[in-house]
Amino acid sequence: MDRSYRIPLPALAVASLVLVTLALAFVFFVAPNDASLGFSQRIFYFHVSIAFTAYGCFAAGAWKAFRYLWKRDPEADLESYVAIHQGVIFGCLVLVTGSIWAKYSWGHWWVWSEDELVLFLVLFLFYAAYFMLRYSVDPGPQRASFSAVYALFGVVLVPVSFLAIRLAKTFLHPVIFTRHGANLGGWMLVTYFLAQPAVLLLAHTLYRIELSGKRLDMRLRELRLA
Amino acid sequence: MTTAEKYVTAAYCAVFAMVLVYVVLIALKLHRLERDVDELERRRPDPEPEDERETIDVG
Repeated sequence: MDRSYRIPLPALAVASLVLVTLALAFVFFVAPNDASLGFSQRIFYFHVSIAFTAYGCFAAGAWKAFRYLWKRDPEADLESYVAIHQGVIFGCLVLVTGSIWAKYSWGHWWVWSEDELVLFLVLFLFYAAYFMLRYSVDPGPQRASFSAVYALFGVVLVPVSFLAIRLAKTFLHPVIFTRHGANLGGWMLVTYFLAQPAVLLLAHTLYRIELSGKRLDMRLRELRLA
Repeated sequence: MTTAEKYVTAAYCAVFAMVLVYVVLIALKLHRLERDVDELERRRPDPEPEDERETIDVG
């Protein structure tokens, strides 16, 4: 059993609730207004945290897929599926929060000329199509293999999407972490460093809840067949 | 409420709503699993009571 699974689920749920509440309190009551972006910059704390969490979920899904291909462990296939599912949910949240912020800052919900936005959309749609592939094949080793190979191909898009924000020529999308350090200071940085683990912990809790449900579902299916 | 405040509230409400919808879906799924467990328990044959078992000589 994975070491992190030794932490009971209720304890994880309580910890994520406390951390998310604390992060929200910092976002709204402690972090100061940004000099150029004003109050709307407060979307940044969760928008960026959710984006990194989505990247992390896709990377975890690919790692579990690799483990499946290596060891042929059905549990790794299930974990890969749940991690990608979480990634798609958090990816959807990135697009929603980003669009709301874009509408206020740029006056448009979406800008097609921005490579970083389009690349993230491609990454999101690629992993959304993962479920179409998975459910078009009957359950079994073949479905797990197809899903694992697809998940591994998609992970290449994660660094491309991440670097696109740094390599973008128009600089419409703000870059916070540069080679010279963070573009944030003081309480803003503290708030971000509180929001990031809060969202990661929330994602991990949701991952564990979904995984427990899936495992229970599998065991019940086996019992019904027995 | 300023326009910026409205947009920030909308963004955080969207996050909250999505997490809530996810939790509701998981709760519905767990409810279905619970029903399935009940059904399996009903289908399981009752064990024979100890005292009603026939005794036979083995020696």
